[in-house]
Amino acid sequence: MGNINWRTILRLGLLGSVVALYFSMIGMVEDFSNRNLIGDLLNLGHVLLYAGIAGGALFAAREHSESNTVGRGLIGLATGALGALLPSGLVLLSSAINMRTVFVNVNPALSNIITFGRGVPTGLLLFVLASAVVGLITALFTVLPETWRGPVGKSFGIVIISAVFSDLVRQVLTNIIGSGMVRSLYVGDAYRPLVAAVLFVGLIALFFWLDRRAKQSNETTAIPQTDAKARQAKNRRNIALFLGWGVFLLIAPWILGSFLSQVLFEIGRFVLLGLGLNIVVGYAGLLDLGYVAFFAFGAYTMGILTTTTAINPAPGVFTFWTALPIVVLVGVVFGLLLGFPVLRMRGDYLAIVTLGFGEIIRILALSDWLAPIMGGAQGILKIPNPVFFGLELNSPELMYYLVLAGSLLAAFISIRLRDSRLGRQWMAMREDEDVAEAMGINLVQTKLLAFAIGAGFSALGGAIFAARLSTIFPHSFNLLISINALSLIIVGGLGSIPGVIVGAIALVGLPELLREFQEYRLLMYGILLIVMMLLRPEGFIPAEVFKRELHSDEDTGGPPAVEAQV
Amino acid sequence: MSLLSIKNVTKRFGGLTAVNDLSLEIKDNSISSVIGPNGAGKTTFFNCVTGFYKVDEGSIVFDGEAIHNLRPDLITSKGIARTYQNIRLFSNMSALDNILVGQHVQLHTMWAEAIWQSKRFKDEEAAALAEARRLLSFVGLQGMGDLVAGSLPYGAQRRLEIARALASQPKLLLLDEPTAGMNPNESGEMTHFIRNLRDELGITILLIEHDMRVVMDISEQISVVDYGSKIAEGKPKDIQSNPQVIEAYLGRGAASGLQRQKAK
Repeated sequence: MGNINWRTILRLGLLGSVVALYFSMIGMVEDFSNRNLIGDLLNLGHVLLYAGIAGGALFAAREHSESNTVGRGLIGLATGALGALLPSGLVLLSSAINMRTVFVNVNPALSNIITFGRGVPTGLLLFVLASAVVGLITALFTVLPETWRGPVGKSFGIVIISAVFSDLVRQVLTNIIGSGMVRSLYVGDAYRPLVAAVLFVGLIALFFWLDRRAKQSNETTAIPQTDAKARQAKNRRNIALFLGWGVFLLIAPWILGSFLSQVLFEIGRFVLLGLGLNIVVGYAGLLDLGYVAFFAFGAYTMGILTTTTAINPAPGVFTFWTALPIVVLVGVVFGLLLGFPVLRMRGDYLAIVTLGFGEIIRILALSDWLAPIMGGAQGILKIPNPVFFGLELNSPELMYYLVLAGSLLAAFISIRLRDSRLGRQWMAMREDEDVAEAMGINLVQTKLLAFAIGAGFSALGGAIFAARLSTIFPHSFNLLISINALSLIIVGGLGSIPGVIVGAIALVGLPELLREFQEYRLLMYGILLIVMMLLRPEGFIPAEVFKRELHSDEDTGGPPAVEAQV
Repeated sequence: MSLLSIKNVTKRFGGLTAVNDLSLEIKDNSISSVIGPNGAGKTTFFNCVTGFYKVDEGSIVFDGEAIHNLRPDLITSKGIARTYQNIRLFSNMSALDNILVGQHVQLHTMWAEAIWQSKRFKDEEAAALAEARRLLSFVGLQGMGDLVAGSLPYGAQRRLEIARALASQPKLLLLDEPTAGMNPNESGEMTHFIRNLRDELGITILLIEHDMRVVMDISEQISVVDYGSKIAEGKPKDIQSNPQVIEAYLGRGAASGLQRQKAK
């Protein structure tokens, strides 16, 4: 049976227990117990309550990799049962004394959930038993052979996640197979138990088959293939992938419906912001915390120029499209204006000054002094929707295309600049400002260009935002937007364009979808950022070092003649 | 004819005079060394020449033009390149990208051209890439161009730093302790390599070095600096026997001891 390390079991069991206690005491378990995932059998509260316990058992079983099946099963049982300790204690304590005056969430309803509604002695025993079984199952999962573990783990994850996002999944399914079929799959928001079971088994089979096919094709390609052929195949795959994504992006709003198009619009808006900030922070290494200011400039300029209220100095002269170049220009000019005073600042000092700048702009927009121009606290109302060749872009589905076009343009410019002399200037400056200067790089020009281009993207985002909402208020441009944009490029991976997109989906898209989590949104942010910093400090999709030497070999078909002279 | 002429340069940091009334002539197409004990002001002197520090007094004339107190990037564009005592590569960029950054002053396309990829931009980038690969193999790093600079072995980083400096096609190359941390074998190779730079590419070289074997082997002219002032100048064998130099390195007692030994 191998050596059992009781200290590890105690540590991990209690750790899982603390997680379960935490989720219980902040009220998440109770809040989400109304959110059924699979019929009446499993709700989101259960998942949160047992997640920590299962995690403890999983790690405990992993630490005992030399133990056999029975040993690991026992370890799982013990760790799981131990995990029930603190929540049980909480239930006992709350049945003896009333804790609600201090801990609002420790109430009979929570006790009911934990004890399966059976009261203190029997219910608590059941809870300990259930925890032990959860521990046992997770521990036995680690005993499964490699070929099974992957498919089972992935399928379980997909079933749970798709159940959590059932709003989204149902919406998509309704658009594809019709609402009648969908209603037969769900009860309320939850899967019917049979559906969940079929889905789980089906997914396991699918993944199993995919893994085997991948292995087989690996074996067949072990026969040496010519490089040209392999490259051709790779190119074809890339093109297919590219076309697939292109088609998906084009038809997405019509599959996903109005609400999800609005979510896509939000993601797109932050992708645009993120791409701009990525140039300033990711490429040039200038930590800018007042980035929302340029977004505000864009929105306000668009608002003032196109609104139909009295604020507009030249009513009816500008449409969305004719105002757009002016908006971007204003953004660029203000980027330069901010750039000049902060040229000599580095790191923390730059962050503080830009932070102040962002706040100044918001307070100016709010002030009575500028109210005749910017509308003060009432903001700017009645900004018309853009009209595209007679088609008024008044729905989320149509505005999505506008933000998509803006994001694609920004991504295109970002990529082209990254791979140019200017991109290298930025990165050299980020790495070592002094040495970059000694390489002949004009730091003033390089920094100003970063600020100006980043600000231009942000202003473009602001203009689209103003045209979508039709009304803008100073409060729409608070610090949180800068923080969000910065977080999403850090989570995605600094300097990485796919990273910006993934970051925007994770930090903007997911919270929009998880409406139930709204109250706990910042908690989720925190957890996500901590987990990410521990597991992938360089971001989800870190920027790759561009491979040039190999590429140029491919292009010229062999080393160029210059090399021979050396 | 002198390529670099430094006249009475003084640099003070508060009360400390790091470089004191220093004058130096570097002949075109020569290899010269600046030596001196730790803290003598050698690196400060380099920093004055490359524009990192503003000089308080005196003048620096390079190729007939006064360059003191110009911005570092302008000085580089006039044809001075340098390496650093503690290697300062762009360590998260690939080796090739490091060299491409070094070529900065040789490239002229506008940034906007990169967006629509004008023909001029494409041609220039292709030429720059070819040149970068040539330099990479010139310093013996072919095949390592795609590696992150910070992950290269120490010796390779030193050579990459030289390649990056060469990429700006300098007339004068300042090397700050190019053989620091190398074993005798490696410094021998480096010596050979530096001499090649002068012989094949015609680049004038000025180096700071502590390894006396390298200094005596390679230099045509040596200047000895102590407490910011030049205390001796001349050919290697003159320097070796100069009592002031020995005193600066070993202290007065040891110097007189040596003198006595010689007398015996």
